[in-house]
Amino acid sequence: MAGLMAGFGHYTHAVVRGIPASLAKEALRSSQAEVDLAQALREHEAYVEVLRTRLGLEVVELPADESLPDCVFVEDAAVVCGDTALITRPGAESRRRETEAMKDALKDLNLNIVEMTDENATLDGGDVLFTGREFFVGLSKRTNQRGAEILADAFKDYAVSTVPVMEGLHLKSFCSMGGPGLIIIGSSEPAQKALKIMQQMSDHRYDKLTVADDLAANCVYMNLPNKGHVLLHCTADQFPESVKVFEKLKDHMLIPVSNTEKVKVDGALTCCSVLINKKANL
Amino acid sequence: MTTEAGSEKAEEVKEKAEESAAQTDQSEKATEETQEVTKAESEVNEKEKEKEKEGKEGKGISRYLPTWLKKQKSQSQTSPTKEAPPAEEPDSKVTQEEEAPAPEVNGHAEEVEEKEEVKSEQVREKEESHSNASADTEPVKEEKVEESAEKSPEETKETTEGEGAEEEKKGQQPEGEAEGGEGGEGQTSIFQSPLRLVRKSKMKLVVCHVTLLDGTDFTCEVEKRAKGQYLFFKMCEHLNLLEKDYFGLTYIDTHEQKCWLDPTKEIKRQIRSNNWQFSFNVKFYPPDPSLLTEDITRYLLCLQLREDVASGRLPCSFVTHALLGSYTLQAEFGDYEPDQPRPLDNIGQLTFAPNQNKEMEEKILELHKSHRGMTPAQADAQFLENAKKLSMYGVDLHHAKDSEGVDIMLGVCANGLLVYKDRLRINRFAWPKILKISYKRNNFYIKIRPGETEQFESTVGFKLQNHRSAKRLWKVCVENHSFFRLNAPEPPNKARFLTLGSKFRYSGRTQAQTRLASSLIDRPAPKFERTSSKRISRSLDGAPMISITEAENGREPHLELHSDSKVKEVDVSPGDAEATSLQSPGPSEADLSQDHDKTQDEVLKHQANISQLKRSFMEAPPPSPPQPNQWEKRLTSSPATTIRIQQQQVTTEVEIEETVVVQEVSRAAKPGLVTVTPIPPAEPTTEQETSKQEVKAEEKVVTVGKEEPKKQESVSSESESEEEAEYHPNVSVSISHTQIPEEKEEEEEQEDDKRGEQEVSAPDALSLPAEVSKPEEEANRVEEDAGAEKKTDAEEKEDERETEESTDDPMITPDEAPNGLTLPEEGETGMSAPAEEEEEPKVNGEASLVEVEQRPQVICCSEPPVVKTEMVTISDTFAAQKTEIATKEVPIVHTETKTITYEAAQLDGNDGEPGVLMTAQTITSESLCTTTTTHITKTLKGGLSETRIEKRIVITGDCDIDHDQALAQAIKEAKEQHPDMSVTRVVVHKETELAEEED
Repeated sequence: MAGLMAGFGHYTHAVVRGIPASLAKEALRSSQAEVDLAQALREHEAYVEVLRTRLGLEVVELPADESLPDCVFVEDAAVVCGDTALITRPGAESRRRETEAMKDALKDLNLNIVEMTDENATLDGGDVLFTGREFFVGLSKRTNQRGAEILADAFKDYAVSTVPVMEGLHLKSFCSMGGPGLIIIGSSEPAQKALKIMQQMSDHRYDKLTVADDLAANCVYMNLPNKGHVLLHCTADQFPESVKVFEKLKDHMLIPVSNTEKVKVDGALTCCSVLINKKANL
Repeated sequence: MTTEAGSEKAEEVKEKAEESAAQTDQSEKATEETQEVTKAESEVNEKEKEKEKEGKEGKGISRYLPTWLKKQKSQSQTSPTKEAPPAEEPDSKVTQEEEAPAPEVNGHAEEVEEKEEVKSEQVREKEESHSNASADTEPVKEEKVEESAEKSPEETKETTEGEGAEEEKKGQQPEGEAEGGEGGEGQTSIFQSPLRLVRKSKMKLVVCHVTLLDGTDFTCEVEKRAKGQYLFFKMCEHLNLLEKDYFGLTYIDTHEQKCWLDPTKEIKRQIRSNNWQFSFNVKFYPPDPSLLTEDITRYLLCLQLREDVASGRLPCSFVTHALLGSYTLQAEFGDYEPDQPRPLDNIGQLTFAPNQNKEMEEKILELHKSHRGMTPAQADAQFLENAKKLSMYGVDLHHAKDSEGVDIMLGVCANGLLVYKDRLRINRFAWPKILKISYKRNNFYIKIRPGETEQFESTVGFKLQNHRSAKRLWKVCVENHSFFRLNAPEPPNKARFLTLGSKFRYSGRTQAQTRLASSLIDRPAPKFERTSSKRISRSLDGAPMISITEAENGREPHLELHSDSKVKEVDVSPGDAEATSLQSPGPSEADLSQDHDKTQDEVLKHQANISQLKRSFMEAPPPSPPQPNQWEKRLTSSPATTIRIQQQQVTTEVEIEETVVVQEVSRAAKPGLVTVTPIPPAEPTTEQETSKQEVKAEEKVVTVGKEEPKKQESVSSESESEEEAEYHPNVSVSISHTQIPEEKEEEEEQEDDKRGEQEVSAPDALSLPAEVSKPEEEANRVEEDAGAEKKTDAEEKEDERETEESTDDPMITPDEAPNGLTLPEEGETGMSAPAEEEEEPKVNGEASLVEVEQRPQVICCSEPPVVKTEMVTISDTFAAQKTEIATKEVPIVHTETKTITYEAAQLDGNDGEPGVLMTAQTITSESLCTTTTTHITKTLKGGLSETRIEKRIVITGDCDIDHDQALAQAIKEAKEQHPDMSVTRVVVHKETELAEEED
């Protein structure tokens, strides 16, 4: 009997979106790096391929929208937990319309759609860390208290704790889940501070896996039938020190995924997909 | 009154210290301090039985003496013949008593209240049974002794018994209580009390209505003065519930707040109305219901949770609502039967969720189908498995405001205290993180252990709507902490130093205890009717009434169940007969007595069943907040309500402040420091004995009194009058004045940090978690690395000072922040002491004055320029030195100052020896009075170390404070804290405003 909070990391579907050409020039970014669009497209294709063929997820691929340069980062547009999907209200004005296509796609997947209509609320999915037991919501440039409240309302079963994000774009810019009860965390001071806060706020115990690079701490964890623990993480080329740490995770199927271009526009691995467990429907 | 009573003497102080330490356990249940003081007296009287000439001090002076130093006047009032026609009959006697000793007692309303309490407890106790020599009756028995001297020698025996082994007493508790139950029924036992005979020929019975978790009403009669536990046990009898510690009774108080009925107190005094209406509720939600032993317990928990969920008090998502609802259907109706006329067609009439709709009902039915084959017990278990994961499971919410006045909510739960803003968790304080919980008026404070990056402990304050809410929250915290985190409940007065505030402690069993007890339950799984199906069937006409019984469970074969007589009874008529008879509003006498008899029988049966559990089957006590609906409705109080005017308005009125300084000194032969702590009493004591060290102690009590505002609120109940109280949540923290616990805590903290640091860098990250996680509490380790200790102490002292001086922390109330300035002085005193004893009082005096000035409430300047000073030195007979008393410079005008010094025998003249200061530590805590404890450990010549503890207590209260009590209490507590030390000096300073007229 699939009960409440069972099966963390079980996914059957993934929603992704194409990269618009406008990404290279117009996507929001915190640094002034040049994006190699072709490389970005190649990387994204490889990413989707891993989800689809290697991991066997049913991938729903939304078409890119040139007017939405950041639209490839679907994670920010929706938070899905169980069979409830919260359509967010992204903190960046230019990204608000990204949710439309996302909402339609999730509706088609028969999820219960909750929309964030409050005009005072902002929330980026990248600020939402679901641990399997509770939510942590980063209060960042993109996400505010009201947004977090609405999330708490949408997922009433879970505790929702807020964590101030001092540095970096999103909460998940320096952390992610690496397994049930395992938080992967960057080694920077703000990251460690945030972890402390999370640990303090939680009734549960989490283990942490500290990696040298904050950006490398953003991984995609799944627990799939026949495959067990799966972790998509950065490549050794990009973050050699951090990868050494991942390689100690003997129980995980480790899949390095190259992400050299999207990262220039603050796109991490989790940003590029919304993972859904359709079988979780009770 | 009698010679017996008058026997008081200041004997060997150390001896007494030990005795009182021994008494600590006994007093576990003592609830009010009056009791304790009385007890202290009784100990002196009964144990020492030494005649001692009374000091020639006049009445005025004797007031300020420790009670054990003077005549036991209050006792002499206990004459049953003095009855006067009372306004409120049960209290009359007490009132009488109060009046008589008036000159001594000062007729403080609160005290009267408390004495009543004591008195009534006594009476009650007698009714209950002779063998029920429970600890909390101790003080009362003292009085009984006197009565019995004139009346029944039997009583005396009882008392002596009671004096005996405390352990046994505890063990007897369950029986005692159960017998108490009988006592209520068979009224004969009531009349065993001579008191009773004099007073009344018949005990008044009152009808109680208890709403059960299944929504039915239970009616029973209890004696008017029955305690909460009596009714509660009757309920548990009725429900056939053994694992009762998770449950409690609630009532609606006069302020429309839901409160927990304190089992140890009289019902009548709690409800304060004629509405004897209660409900039976889950008080402590077990974090893992699967660990409960009996299905019936789980079933009751399910009932509570169903209601919590349906009302919205326990928020959950649509899917969870549906899932929980489906388990409820399975448990109540069994398998989904498509063919039968579906009872569930009427599902709409059942409430599963606050915002139930067709869609949800469809979903519930759909899920119900999938539960085919599940037994009711299994369905309940599944229900609980899911419910327990909900984030608000077991969280008791209270409205509050943070330091900036922002509305927040405080949630008390098994793990600690949660802070919510709207629905978001914005902070969390796990129990191990909390050093102290206190409230003062409408403020609620928690003192937080410093994090690894912080240097100092901090105090976080919250404003509650009024002091009642603050107290209610405080009590809930105390109870939850005790229940979930302690191994055994903390004695109410253990090692607490002169506390005039609430002595409230959790009196039931802790979760650890109840689990142990449950594991010993050895009875066939009781069959019970799922009464809510009855309720359901009422609303669902024609629904098949499936009587579901608990035969499954694997443990108990059905046959066996049938062989049980009780079960049969249930079988024959599924509870209906019984229930109805109980529900009938006006039960006939016959019915009742029948009922009573039955209950009595059942009590015995139960007793037999659980005879192995020599533990108190007492259930959880007092007020904690209510359970309205929905997120908002969970709150205990609406913030909108006007805050009551409280005594804060000091402007025109003055305040009494008393200082009691108790100084203790001990010297150990070991170079290592002598830890003055009662906690591991074995250790220091042994050490001392083996090393044949001499122990010298010095104790000073300084009382400085000033006038204080009269409380504007009428002191209506024992609880209302307590404006503040504190609680040290760690197992050891109750004695946080001492050094060891502090250190322990630090270590704990370090461990915490270490744990925090643990990384999964090892290969098998996923398998690691289990191994990695350490048990969260390793609390009670006592480390005795002297060096470390020394360091710690020093640090602590510094911390303390820092903390206190940091005024920029808005959340440290001025009141709470304990007088930073005095501390350095005390430190100095300690260093230069003991040689300069002569001067100490002076220093102390000044120090306390500084304190006075610092306290913002005290408006010193308002006092007119008249000074009357009185000084007295009292030396006990054995005292070698009779010096003392210092002149008090009393800068406060228009006051009367009195200084009384008590000095015990000085064992040797080591005072002047220069020593090396090893540690010095000052800890200040606060309740109604301020306690400043200074530990000074010095190394003297020859490797001896000497520890001197100086305690300064500032008692602030209005003129009605009973100084004797306060002082006696202080001394007693000091002794209890440091049984291995002796009290050498007591200096009392009292300052009162003349106008108010003392005595």
